[in-house]
Amino acid sequence: MRLEVRDLAVERGDRLLFSGLDFALDDGEVLQIEGHNGSGKTTLLRVLCGLGVPSEGEVLWNGRPINRVRGDYFVDLNYVGHAHGVKGELTALENLGVDRALGRAHPNMDGETALDELAMGNYEDAFGRTLSAGQRRRVALARLFAKQARLWVLDEPFTALDRKTRADLEALIHRHVSGGGMVIVTTHHEMALHECVVKNLTLGL
Amino acid sequence: MNSTVAANEPRLAQAFVTLLRRDLLLAFRRPAEIANPLLFFVIVVTLFPLGIGPEPNTLQTIAPGVIWVAALLASMLSLDGMFRTDFDDGALEQILLSPHPLSVLVLAKVIAHWMISGLPLILLSPLLGLFMNLPAESIVALVLTLLLGTPVLSLIGSIGTALTVGLRKGGVLLSLLVLPLYIPVLIFAASAVEVAGVGFSIAAQLSFLGALLALALTLAPVATAASLRISVS
Repeated sequence: MRLEVRDLAVERGDRLLFSGLDFALDDGEVLQIEGHNGSGKTTLLRVLCGLGVPSEGEVLWNGRPINRVRGDYFVDLNYVGHAHGVKGELTALENLGVDRALGRAHPNMDGETALDELAMGNYEDAFGRTLSAGQRRRVALARLFAKQARLWVLDEPFTALDRKTRADLEALIHRHVSGGGMVIVTTHHEMALHECVVKNLTLGL
Repeated sequence: MNSTVAANEPRLAQAFVTLLRRDLLLAFRRPAEIANPLLFFVIVVTLFPLGIGPEPNTLQTIAPGVIWVAALLASMLSLDGMFRTDFDDGALEQILLSPHPLSVLVLAKVIAHWMISGLPLILLSPLLGLFMNLPAESIVALVLTLLLGTPVLSLIGSIGTALTVGLRKGGVLLSLLVLPLYIPVLIFAASAVEVAGVGFSIAAQLSFLGALLALALTLAPVATAASLRISVS
């Protein structure tokens, strides 16, 4: 699997955020995107997911533009954004059930074990609205395990997480990448990812 | 591909059913969203006899139009909820990032919307027909036209909602976009109810409503899916 970006230029409103962006990401690699507030990190992630449209350039999945291979690309894509889509009226388990049905359900994990990965096993039947911001984010992150996808795209995943969960999430990212997965993550947090290929991209220099 | 590999491959039917169930579940856990358009429908229709006077013949004359216009506005009222909360909390992005054809997933959401907003109207309409002194034949016609017409309202409405969901104040624009497209449904449905009362056949009107439904069913989900992708980007 290979995600490739060629000569990408992205605008927000009338402002050019960046242009001429090239990079490629292969199996077992992490791309860490940094940049000051407003430099276009989230916008870039949305473009990479096909949610936003670049003003120039293209995003390729295995050599083909992502809007041509949506089915193939989205099966292997797991996106957790700022607005993470955990419904307040559904329980944690119901939330994950919807995610599993929409994508490719993980063969070895069900919703409950996915919640266990993020130490949310005791909150299976808790409604989204009764959870704290950090807990809701953990339910959203459990989606990474409820669905089986090669590429994880994470927008500031460490926000609102306590110190222990941050360490857990780092370990989980490490495990995913060691198993041949790919991760694109925006964060200001220093991640300790030993023996992983970590590429860095700084926007808005 | 052998069957062991295919065991966890995404299945469209399952995604469809899950999304439909999810939307119904969300609606039942937020009952005000079901009740509001329904109450609006009942109140508007019951206000007419009070405003115009209880003269049975007058009521009978205006009843088809009044009931259908009220149904139309009630349907408009509930449209905004179709994608709004999902758009605001990011759940819509997850739906857009599903490997399944978006138009089919959209159809699941539209069907859920119809079951929440259209079906209760249909169940209540015979009662309102009696309020308005409609003859039995007209009440049957009213139920039939609502059965064929309200899904069209949900389908057409989904396009407008998808186009305006990214705007903060999309309400007025939504009605400008959607109401003109509702007019054919209103004309044929109201005429069917009226004509049925005089004892004529309403086959022509019903066929036309059926044709509109078939057209909306095939085209609207595709248009809605495309509009959603534009709105989100």
